[in-house]
Amino acid sequence: MTMYRDNHSVYHGRRRLLLFLFLVALCLLLARAFQLQVLEHNFLQAKAEQRHYTHINLPARRGMITDRHGKVLAVSTPIGKVWYQPNQDSALSAEQKTYLQGILNIGSSNIDLAEKTGSRKYLSRVVPYDLLEEITTANLPGVGMDRAHRRYYPQKDIFAHVLGYTNYEDQGQEGLEMAYEEYLAGHPGKRKVLRDRRNNVLEHVSQVEEMRPGQSLRLSLDERIQYLAYDELKQAVDYYQASSGSVVVLDVVTGEVLAMASQPSFNPNDGSSKKPERVRNRAVMDSFEPGSTFKPFTIAAALESGLYSRNSIIDTSPGSFKIGQNTIKDPRNYGPISFASLLSHSSNVGASKVSMTIPKESFWGLLSDIGFGRSTDSGFPSEANGDLLELSEWYPMNRASISFGYAVSVTPLQLAQGYAVIAANGLRKPITFVARDEIPQGVQVISAENAKYIREMMQDVVSPESTGYKAAVEGYRVSGKTGTSRKVINRLYSDQHHVVTFAGMAPANSPRLVTVVMIDDPKTDTATGGDIAAPVFSRIMRSSLRLLNVQPAEEEMQDGYVNSLPELSL
Amino acid sequence: MVELSGERRSRLSLRLDPILLLGILLLGCLGMVVLYSASGQDLGIVYKQAVRIGVGLFVMTLIAQTPVHWFRETAWWLYLIALIMLVLVLIVGDIGKGAQRWLVIGPIRFQPSELMKLAMPMAIAAWFASRQLPPNTIESLIALVLVLVPMFLIVRQPDLGTALLVGSSGAIVIFFAGIGWRLLLVLLTAVAAGVPVLWHFMHDYQRRRVMTFLNPENDPLGAGYHIIQSKIALGSGGIDGKGWLNGSQSSLQFIPERTTDFVFSVYAEEFGFIGVAVLVLLYLSVVLRGFYLAYTAQDTFARLLGASLGMIFFVYFFVNVGMVSGLLPVVGVPLPLVSYGGTSMVTLMAAFGMLMAIGTEKRLMPQ
Repeated sequence: MTMYRDNHSVYHGRRRLLLFLFLVALCLLLARAFQLQVLEHNFLQAKAEQRHYTHINLPARRGMITDRHGKVLAVSTPIGKVWYQPNQDSALSAEQKTYLQGILNIGSSNIDLAEKTGSRKYLSRVVPYDLLEEITTANLPGVGMDRAHRRYYPQKDIFAHVLGYTNYEDQGQEGLEMAYEEYLAGHPGKRKVLRDRRNNVLEHVSQVEEMRPGQSLRLSLDERIQYLAYDELKQAVDYYQASSGSVVVLDVVTGEVLAMASQPSFNPNDGSSKKPERVRNRAVMDSFEPGSTFKPFTIAAALESGLYSRNSIIDTSPGSFKIGQNTIKDPRNYGPISFASLLSHSSNVGASKVSMTIPKESFWGLLSDIGFGRSTDSGFPSEANGDLLELSEWYPMNRASISFGYAVSVTPLQLAQGYAVIAANGLRKPITFVARDEIPQGVQVISAENAKYIREMMQDVVSPESTGYKAAVEGYRVSGKTGTSRKVINRLYSDQHHVVTFAGMAPANSPRLVTVVMIDDPKTDTATGGDIAAPVFSRIMRSSLRLLNVQPAEEEMQDGYVNSLPELSL
Repeated sequence: MVELSGERRSRLSLRLDPILLLGILLLGCLGMVVLYSASGQDLGIVYKQAVRIGVGLFVMTLIAQTPVHWFRETAWWLYLIALIMLVLVLIVGDIGKGAQRWLVIGPIRFQPSELMKLAMPMAIAAWFASRQLPPNTIESLIALVLVLVPMFLIVRQPDLGTALLVGSSGAIVIFFAGIGWRLLLVLLTAVAAGVPVLWHFMHDYQRRRVMTFLNPENDPLGAGYHIIQSKIALGSGGIDGKGWLNGSQSSLQFIPERTTDFVFSVYAEEFGFIGVAVLVLLYLSVVLRGFYLAYTAQDTFARLLGASLGMIFFVYFFVNVGMVSGLLPVVGVPLPLVSYGGTSMVTLMAAFGMLMAIGTEKRLMPQ
């Protein structure tokens, strides 16, 4: 037998050394275990809980939006958002990918992206509820879903501008959806759940926050009037190939918006139609020079100044009026005319002469009181103020121009508000898009008597052979005014491009509705408010008055304004 | 079982070491308890593991009855066969998980590297046993070549973890044989210098493992995921653990490979630091008993072989726990006697069988 040369001592020495190393190694393991399990226990325990428990959001259902009669205009339906987050041992097989792409109707780009980055990618954000069940049953690794809601607008483009729309998180982005975000949104709930590494929820642990659904919003708009206003506007805009157009219908008594439509419009259910020029609510966000539709306010200022009476005669001879370098002209010399004729002939010379003779301070004050140059405070987002020059800028030419609706700009809603003041016997009532339960008091800005005189004068505009005869409504007396303003193209007033308007109210004696029709740049040789906007006004008014059971003229028993809310029924 | 104390051995009694056997049985049973929890309370897995332990014990008993000089006489043959099969596996081997490790002969699937785990210490011990010790430089270098050739073949499979384990089983014998300190120092320096070269020849996944080991947070969703989840499991176990079947890292499937390489994480989460200490004591007693058996052997071959077998058992344990607790890179070494798996169980039991043969035979010889 071979033996160690030095009698085992090498073997024993090495054995002791290895035993020593062996004990050191064991101590190292125990020390490591001690470090992780005792010293870092709390930290690692927290990390474990952070992985095992998660909070899931219970999305609050957004409140409905209805018209004044409860007709649904916007509703949120439950849907799911399906996402994919692959990791080491939960990834989709090729067949599963094909299946998922088929059922969700998507391409492979997001699946590939998720696999490339290892992060969570949403594959589809609008998966109907029944499909969610199917996907859950298929038990696809790495695929999960969040519950959510999707907004649906049954009337599509009809109410699009008023309502606006919501984003993927169901938050209001435009219009009343945005204005009433907090009211509609509600409060999402939170729930603590136990999950495994594939994100399967195994157990509901506790409710962290209660879910509170959003409240329903009842608008002042009337779906039936909105439909026909939208329809008439669209037909006219399409027929004349106008670049845009707006209609506003106000309830004179309550200050409520009954209809508001604009063209071009969009389908809020379809993201691809949401182009900026279509989404813009022109009735509220765009201001324009109102032209002759502004003249009734000049007459109101004249009457309120005390310098003129209802019987005053204004001499428009010789059909032109020189202010400094500029000359204001009428189509022909109308000679001495009454206020009624001033309106029906739409004499710029007459309006200018009136404006130059009344104190500009009182004219400015009245326009401001009626609501020009400032927001109507309707609460609509991004409402335009329009332009009303400061008094210091009322140079003679501006002062004259304003009297016939130039050098001033208004939104269709502001113009409607101004006409509603005349209609409501001089009371300015706050404008609202939300249904009112009681009639607001209003502020007297024109005397009731003068308002009534102006309405009478404006009736002549709609009489046969006058500028606005196409605005007449069979069976009702109508007060209104046409407007045809030239557009500013390259800083000059154009001869070819016009904005045509008709603003008016009915019934004339005791108005119930004010309607403003504005059509921008109709492509026709005879682009006047009387030819293009007045017929639209007439058709909307006729249908609306009948829908609201407003008594026709023959049965109008008493003159004057009735400060009560008539029964609304079909 | 019969206590053997220098008396003449009864012809019928089995040559087994009761203390070592007790340690093995305790670890095996503890393993089945943990496997039941780790597998999500799957009795099927526990049953299969029991069968494997049974087969292993049978093999161990059989080998324990063998005279020790048979090991020495067959050592070169086994080494040669294992070497040939390692070459074969590179040529015709079956591919599993991106590596060629399996040799298929009819119905038998076999990992030649497992056989080498036993043949290597036997052959190296046989090499030194017929020489004067401590060995001279030439003898040591020849032994080193005998260690490096199979290692190289296993690295090519590629299986770096097994290669290192096989290599260390041979290296321990060289160390015990008494390799000169100066030579040892030179070799260690050469290894240190060789690390960059080795890095160059490593496969991407092996490099990634090393990088991940150095900084697991670098790749928390990919390769670092195992280590992070495992550390969390250990840490959330705390001092006294979450209790059997209550480990949430395990039951929520956050721990990867929880019945095989990472079974220790499951155990540590459920039984805490106290449980870990108990387990360490169990392994300690098995290793110390193995050392004792090797120490009392009279024959140089038996002593060298025994020391290597005892040590290698400890290395397995250390590498596995070190890997699971983030002290060492993930090299895919099972926890001996506890992890679910067949081949390594039989290899391990065969090694214990040899240890027992060594431990019981010495008493037959005159002191």
